Amino acid sequence: MIYEVFRQERKGQAFAHAGSVEAPNEEFAEWYAREEFGRRGESVALWVVPREAVHEIDEFVDELGRNYHRVDGYPLKEKLKQARERAGTSADRRS
Amino acid sequence: MSAREDEFLEYVQSGGQVETTDWMPDDYRAKLIKFIEMHGNSELMGVLPEREWILRAPTLQRKLALTAKVQDEVGHSQLIYRVVSDLGKPREHCLDDLISGKSKFHNVFHYPTKTWGDVGVIAWLVDAAAIISQKALLKCSYAPYARIMKKICWEESFHILHGRDVILTMMNGTDAQRELVQEALDRWWGPLMQFHGNPIPAEDDPMYIWRIKSQGNGEARQQFLDGYVPQIWELGLTVSDPKLRKNDDGVWEFSEPDWDELKHVVTGHGPKTEERLGLRRTTRGETEWVRRVVLPEAA
Repeated sequence: MIYEVFRQERKGQAFAHAGSVEAPNEEFAEWYAREEFGRRGESVALWVVPREAVHEIDEFVDELGRNYHRVDGYPLKEKLKQARERAGTSADRRS
Repeated sequence: MSAREDEFLEYVQSGGQVETTDWMPDDYRAKLIKFIEMHGNSELMGVLPEREWILRAPTLQRKLALTAKVQDEVGHSQLIYRVVSDLGKPREHCLDDLISGKSKFHNVFHYPTKTWGDVGVIAWLVDAAAIISQKALLKCSYAPYARIMKKICWEESFHILHGRDVILTMMNGTDAQRELVQEALDRWWGPLMQFHGNPIPAEDDPMYIWRIKSQGNGEARQQFLDGYVPQIWELGLTVSDPKLRKNDDGVWEFSEPDWDELKHVVTGHGPKTEERLGLRRTTRGETEWVRRVVLPEAA
């Protein structure tokens, strides 16, 4: 069995993937993970998860073009330039 | 090459990274396995020259430090063999090929450790040479390997610290101790200069073409010389190469390393190759019952 190991470096930080261990059961996996990822005080906590339990999602389809969710939905540069020109403030800012 | 392979090559050459579950050309997978497996083998075989000194280390502190270093290196081999397993070659097969002599390990681990001076030179300079190669692997196109290399580099830096401490202690000691270090350095200089391999241009190196490595062999050697020769000299040690000098343009000149020796040694004919593989064979045989009895029971 392959177990994925996630480690937390400091209290309050996010757990990050550290690597994996191969072990016949959870108990062995726990001890291998302790040895390989926590021996030098580099972790304050570990998550040991069977690989099958990790579900990966790597496709994010956006048929509706919902750009109002994203930064690129708000192109302010052009609009700001136009607004400044309208207000006659663009020259002031440059000087 | 097919269009898909061309596209993949272009992707990795422009800095793209690949995950285990991504499609990859068979040749890329084969090269990855060969390269990473040899690294795993080297970590595992690399503990043997040092293991020989655990009981003979001069103080309790040194025995403990050396034991911890050995444990780190075995840990590295476990991490690395995991990466190889996910690419399709299980650790057991790697170990079979290692002890049968089918696969290779780094040249420096085929040599004897004659004195405590050798242990210091290994921990300081062999690990320094290794970390130069390993730091270049942080940018490896195969992301799972690049990621574990971060942890490995961190621990290797720690080993260099330990090695420097051993060397500095001896250099501050008696004439006999300084002589011990100088003799060890003389013994290791040849293998150290061979360590980064033939100076083939990076563009002709398949491991570079696929961006498994991010620098050429000659470049790594220059980096090693630039970083460590001044550190060697400042301690009053000498390097046994009369041609060694730094040019005005910053490039190091040196006598051509003995490539025949390198080839001879890594193909399994080093002074300690047989003995060390023999030890691996014995321990693998002796622990076979553990794997047979305990592991299925636990599963």
